[in-house]
Amino acid sequence: MPLLEVIEMSHSFGGLQAVSKYNLSLEPGQITGLIGPNGAGKTTIFNLITGIYKPDEGEVRLQGTDVVGRRSNQIAALGIGRTFQEMRLWRHMTVLEHVKMARYSKLSYGLFGAFLDSPKRRMEEEALTELAMEYMQLFGVDQFADQLVVNLPYGAQRRVEMARALAMEPKVLLLDEPTVGMTPEEMEDMIMVVRKAYERFNLAIFLIEHRLRVVRELCQHVQALVFGEVLVEGTPDEVQNHPKVIEAYIGEQEIDF
Amino acid sequence: MMIRRSAIGSKLKALKRFRKLGETYMAVTTETKQPNGIKGLYYRFYGNAPLLGILMGFLVCTLWEMIIGKALASLLLLPKMPILFGLVTMSKVFAGLINLAIKGTPFEWSTLIHVPMALIYFSIIYAVPLAVVIRLSAKPANAIARFLQQLPLIVTALVHLGFMYAIFHFWAELSDYRLISLKLTLIAVLLTLSLNIINGYMGEFSCSHPGFMAVGAYMSSFFTVGLFVNDKVLGDALLGIPLAFLSFPLALVFGGLCASASALIVAIPSFRTRGDYLAIISLAFLFIIKSFFENMQSLGGSRGIMGQPDWATLPVIFMVVVIGVWAINNFVNSTLGKALNAVRDDEMAADAMTVDTRKTKMVAFLFGAFWAGLAGGLLAHVLRFINPAMFGIQKLAEVLAMVYFGGLNSVYGSIVGAVSISLLGEVLRPLEILKWIFIPLLLILVMIYRPTGLVAFKEFNVRKAFGPKEVD
Repeated sequence: MPLLEVIEMSHSFGGLQAVSKYNLSLEPGQITGLIGPNGAGKTTIFNLITGIYKPDEGEVRLQGTDVVGRRSNQIAALGIGRTFQEMRLWRHMTVLEHVKMARYSKLSYGLFGAFLDSPKRRMEEEALTELAMEYMQLFGVDQFADQLVVNLPYGAQRRVEMARALAMEPKVLLLDEPTVGMTPEEMEDMIMVVRKAYERFNLAIFLIEHRLRVVRELCQHVQALVFGEVLVEGTPDEVQNHPKVIEAYIGEQEIDF
Repeated sequence: MMIRRSAIGSKLKALKRFRKLGETYMAVTTETKQPNGIKGLYYRFYGNAPLLGILMGFLVCTLWEMIIGKALASLLLLPKMPILFGLVTMSKVFAGLINLAIKGTPFEWSTLIHVPMALIYFSIIYAVPLAVVIRLSAKPANAIARFLQQLPLIVTALVHLGFMYAIFHFWAELSDYRLISLKLTLIAVLLTLSLNIINGYMGEFSCSHPGFMAVGAYMSSFFTVGLFVNDKVLGDALLGIPLAFLSFPLALVFGGLCASASALIVAIPSFRTRGDYLAIISLAFLFIIKSFFENMQSLGGSRGIMGQPDWATLPVIFMVVVIGVWAINNFVNSTLGKALNAVRDDEMAADAMTVDTRKTKMVAFLFGAFWAGLAGGLLAHVLRFINPAMFGIQKLAEVLAMVYFGGLNSVYGSIVGAVSISLLGEVLRPLEILKWIFIPLLLILVMIYRPTGLVAFKEFNVRKAFGPKEVD
């Protein structure tokens, strides 16, 4: 049984068919890429899987259980972590607080523990801080622990978002254009970071990316999406050189730099 | 093509260098922060004064005033002892001048002397001793604070709170007016902080706080007056136990819980979505509650309930407010409470990080309402009389002003806001109607220059606040 399975998923916004009959199957220890021109519906697929939108049709199964219709925080707690294209960090919170927040569903001290500062709360929060520091070290943002995220350089903000997503201990990680707006050096860093996460946690990673260079380096399997439909599926080289994909990207042949 | 690409490359390199510069700059500034101007001067002299030293200074001042206050006031030709640091004495003179200018009311020119005299009084009683004691006691106070830091937090906290209470006690002993102002200010602190949970930490805009306060005030009065007092509205006392005042916490908690329950009415419809719904629904709720109590003849109708037992003494209020501040501070500093900030800053991201946003919002709203209800119960037993008109739009304006003036998302801010707006309200009272020009004007200025309030987004770390302060 695949870890995450999407079967015949369709969704439309009003009259616009955003995603139609979409299928996906992810195994642990595998990086899958999703490419496609702007407006193809890539982010919509992420939002459908994570429960921000409810699909009109089809199933999303995580380890066999259907998650369609659950609230997005419940789906996240089941083990689907994600990052956002526009990052969505919390601007008034420190880096440490970001990473700690991802463990929300695993806290057990309860509300009254929080109100009354119970010993259990203190213990849990301390253990949590240590754990969060480990994740931050892993992504090289531990020196910023007590800084507000808005004060961090862009690349570091991206790494904070990765650390936050991985602190959830997800089984599946969805990355929405992790290298968008990055300089080539930062992009290299990001590739390293993704690879590190992948090697360390044995995740199934599902990656939206515009830069074919990143896709080629990271992914074993790639889907090319155009107008909500998968056009071509296969290894990066197959997909990249497929005439239909080139046609969809026409005028953008020079995107690789 | 080649040229363009290399141009981009060099630009990127420059950008990168710039960023690195920013990083090092950041590291430097956070390490050695030297404020200038008045602030710098203050830090030079008092930067190493721990809270304990400041408290000692205030205690000395209050005791000093007890001893020589009256004599000094008559020596300085003041009609009576200045109550609020001489501020009211001065504002009375200004009010007289303004009345002369506007209405032509005769002005007693000899009262002009009160202004310098009040200033002298303030310097002799407060400013100079405070400055001297804090400066001189810095070293020993730091030593004591360092010692206290090794003890459990509760001991340290009790020592500080003991000092604080002693100051309040002696300060308020000199006049009933001071006592009631102090009580109302303490209640305002609790109320402001409870609203800050919703408007600051959670970032929604709730207008229903006076409504929760009314529910708390009525329900706790219902409890105490109904059970222990012979009253025209609520009938004879049902119980007549001599130690009845011990049930006061119960009455307060009952009022708070009722307020929480009524908050559910607002929370259930408005937290399905985000946006302005809460502001509108909560405003409607405020009006509904007010007219509900106006029309409940069994609760006194628009005349309200009076004759509450005099149980809200200074120590009781002090204790309740301290517990309230402590509990709220605990909550907002825990990861469960920080979830509120996450919901405020980006709800979608909070959801994606497993935060149960609906529960978080609900809990915060009910928790805020609980403490508002408790504050209402205290208010009812301080004034010993309540009616629905007290919990109207004016109260809302007052508490909103306190929250936004003091600072969002901050315990310090709530304390600063509640104390300064309360004090300002008292000081400007002689100006009568002009008071309602000055206070809004001040609010507008704060909103322009510090849009989130005076002390916003500052974490209140109890241990650090009580700890010693060392400068180099």
